[in-house]
Amino acid sequence: MKKASILMIIGALLLTGLFKFPLWNITLGAPQYPEPLGMNIHINGIKGMHEFDIQNIDGLNHYIGMKIIPKNEDMWEFKVFPIVIGSMVALGLLIGILGFLGKISYHWFLGWLVLMTILGVLGMYDFNAWMLDYGTNLNPNAIIKLEKPDGTPMTYKPPLFGHEKLLNFDAYSYPRFGGYLMGLGMFFTLLAFVIGKHSKTTNS
Amino acid sequence: MKKHKLQLLTLFGALMLLTSCGNNNNQNKSSGALRSSAAEKVYVAPGEHDEFYAFMSGGYSGNVTVYGLPSGRMFKEIPVFSQFPTSGYGYSEETKPMLETSHGFVPWDDAHHPDISQTNGELDGRWIFINGNNTPRIARISLTTFETEEIIEVPNSAGNHSSSFVTENTEYVVAGTRFSVPVPQRDMPIKEYKSEFKGALSFISVDPEHGHMDIKFQLIMPGFNYDLSHPGRGKSHGWFFFTTYNTEEAHSLLEVNASQNDKDFIAAINWKKIEDYVNNGGGTKMPANYAHNIYDESTHTGTTTMKKEVLTVDPLKVPGAIYFLPTPKSPHGCDVDPTGQYIIGNGKLSADLTVHSFDNMIAAIEAKKFDGEAYGIPILKFEDVLAGTVKSSGLGPLHTEFDDKGNAYTTFFISSEVVKWKLGTWEVLDRKPTYYSVGHLMIPGGNSRKPFGKYVVALNKITKDRYLPTGPEMEHSAQIYDISGDKMELIYDFPTHGEPHYAAGIPASILAPKSKKIYRLDENKHPYAVSSPDQAKVVREGKEVHIYMSTIRSHFTPDNIEGIKVGDKVYFHITNHEQDFDVPHGFAMIGQQTSELLVMPGQTKTSVWYPKQVGVWPFYCTDFCSALHQEMQGYIRVSPENSNIEISYSLGED
Repeated sequence: MKKASILMIIGALLLTGLFKFPLWNITLGAPQYPEPLGMNIHINGIKGMHEFDIQNIDGLNHYIGMKIIPKNEDMWEFKVFPIVIGSMVALGLLIGILGFLGKISYHWFLGWLVLMTILGVLGMYDFNAWMLDYGTNLNPNAIIKLEKPDGTPMTYKPPLFGHEKLLNFDAYSYPRFGGYLMGLGMFFTLLAFVIGKHSKTTNS
Repeated sequence: MKKHKLQLLTLFGALMLLTSCGNNNNQNKSSGALRSSAAEKVYVAPGEHDEFYAFMSGGYSGNVTVYGLPSGRMFKEIPVFSQFPTSGYGYSEETKPMLETSHGFVPWDDAHHPDISQTNGELDGRWIFINGNNTPRIARISLTTFETEEIIEVPNSAGNHSSSFVTENTEYVVAGTRFSVPVPQRDMPIKEYKSEFKGALSFISVDPEHGHMDIKFQLIMPGFNYDLSHPGRGKSHGWFFFTTYNTEEAHSLLEVNASQNDKDFIAAINWKKIEDYVNNGGGTKMPANYAHNIYDESTHTGTTTMKKEVLTVDPLKVPGAIYFLPTPKSPHGCDVDPTGQYIIGNGKLSADLTVHSFDNMIAAIEAKKFDGEAYGIPILKFEDVLAGTVKSSGLGPLHTEFDDKGNAYTTFFISSEVVKWKLGTWEVLDRKPTYYSVGHLMIPGGNSRKPFGKYVVALNKITKDRYLPTGPEMEHSAQIYDISGDKMELIYDFPTHGEPHYAAGIPASILAPKSKKIYRLDENKHPYAVSSPDQAKVVREGKEVHIYMSTIRSHFTPDNIEGIKVGDKVYFHITNHEQDFDVPHGFAMIGQQTSELLVMPGQTKTSVWYPKQVGVWPFYCTDFCSALHQEMQGYIRVSPENSNIEISYSLGED
């Protein structure tokens, strides 16, 4: 149980990586952008991969009538996400320490993981909804208005995960280092649960 | 992911096929092998980069062109001494001061010898210097922006030819006069040339941080012609060597009268000694008038300062600093090998090459073995300083460069060839024809302590039939030889712009990583810059109107301007708000009697327009900046001189 609790503590601490490293990343490459433009999505805001990428993405997007990429203060998410992650870290630490001291059972580890997963899915849902709005809610006076082969207006929603071709751009959307740390942290808490359960069954 | 893997596998398969094909060819080829391997050597596949940068002087274009080696592709023309309508250099208000001289605005020069800055005798890639030959000037070009940053005029000089070579740590860039002239200039009979005319050799200090140039001292030498020069390096660091001709001091029909002496001199100058003399208060301040032009990257603006004084040094006042080395037959190029031991005098009317030894020179000086003097300057004995002679190597030797294996390569103008020979044994190893009549040659780093001996480029004076004919006037011709093996191999032939004299090459790995992509808008300190479009404005100050305009894909702000009158002087101050690599915007106004402006991201440039006719006149972006480039335009309403229409301006209003 001690080993499991330590894993739980490490797992929770790995989430703090999100305060430093980006959760997610979207890159946009095109023939005339051999070095792709890109944005790193942090829990507290969106940053360009290179200094002027956001400005340049906005500059290109204005042709097709997309809104500018939200500034940190424009989205409630960037205020709430750090609080949520911070709380989950604190909660995970608490559970891990209490587990270490033998005050609570390994079921709490799973409970934390389930809660984190639900929050994660909600986060992804919210992220996808924003991208959907960003990619489809276009300025009716856009300079370039294109249609899909079926006659409906062209949309430019970047993929939630993976690759998508948007006009001349290849968009790639994948987790970034902070996201991987979070995934690893969640895996550790799962391990904590499994080891906790295993030690329980072998002990008893 | 799976799909990617599959593609990779296919690609890998294709590569295998290609390589195996190549192998088969190599085995089967006989006579065709040479040609195809030359093609492989110069082929830089689409999207791939060259191994070296080559900076070619433009000669009478006044500029510098940048090429890639081994592909021979031209990347850029850097405007230096000549107006350049492509970018607006020398036309824009910011760059006009760069071409100011004591003779006023001189929009052209004859650019000869580029030289890249060095640290410890090795290329460091900070700056490249080049001389203006006609109205003596030295320019410094930044190798992060590839733009001219500074030009200093050289007083008391004429035909600034033995220039612009740097010392081992870029302590100095050196400029010597070809024509001797009265110093200071004065009204006097030409016939009194002898002993009255002087040759000024200028040592221009280079600030190690900013590169700013300042004439530290001018050595006022006898009235010979100072043809070319190179610094000592390694053991001979602290010395500078100049070839001279016309030691006869002829002033007319030089082709005969300056070719009479069997030997002219290489002047060996211990500049460290003279520097000490000057630092201890030596030298004479002489009134002068010369321009010093500096371009500031943050204000994007050049300024001219007229300097009124120059420190001159009389060679006789610094005993032991200057010696003459007799060198046969009007030597042209003066080249120093990578170790600093050998000084090569390329006697242009001779069949042989004279090589002097630095050690022999020092020994002769210490033993005081002099063979008379010229104007008080000791002449060493030819036999005492001679290291060796490269015999019957060709006709009309001009210039020598070096590889990193102890070989030297000399151009022969008259016999039109490059000859490879061995330092120390003076044995000719190989010779290859050039097409035609080669002047300088260039090996990247070939005049430094560390040459990169892979290619030599021959810069020819005569083109004739090398390319498709283009009428009587055509570009010059260059050839690239692979010198990595025992024998030189001609691998490519390409035209070069203007008349390249010398060139300088440097590995791309030194320069490419630090090449600037944009200018930062937030560092733009131009007094008329617009930092955001809402600051764009039009301001009338009497007859002058200043238009503070910004550009971003794909519009000007403002784009409709009224209240301009005939007789006004209108300044367009254009700031490019892009912060994206390679998105310039251009600007051109109908009827404007100047060039366009090409404004790089984050930059501000200004041009002046004198509206002369009433009407509504358009301007537009001259660079195909974006899909909406053709929409990037605007109108200016010009009213009669006596009209009382107020200034107004707008963007996007009906």
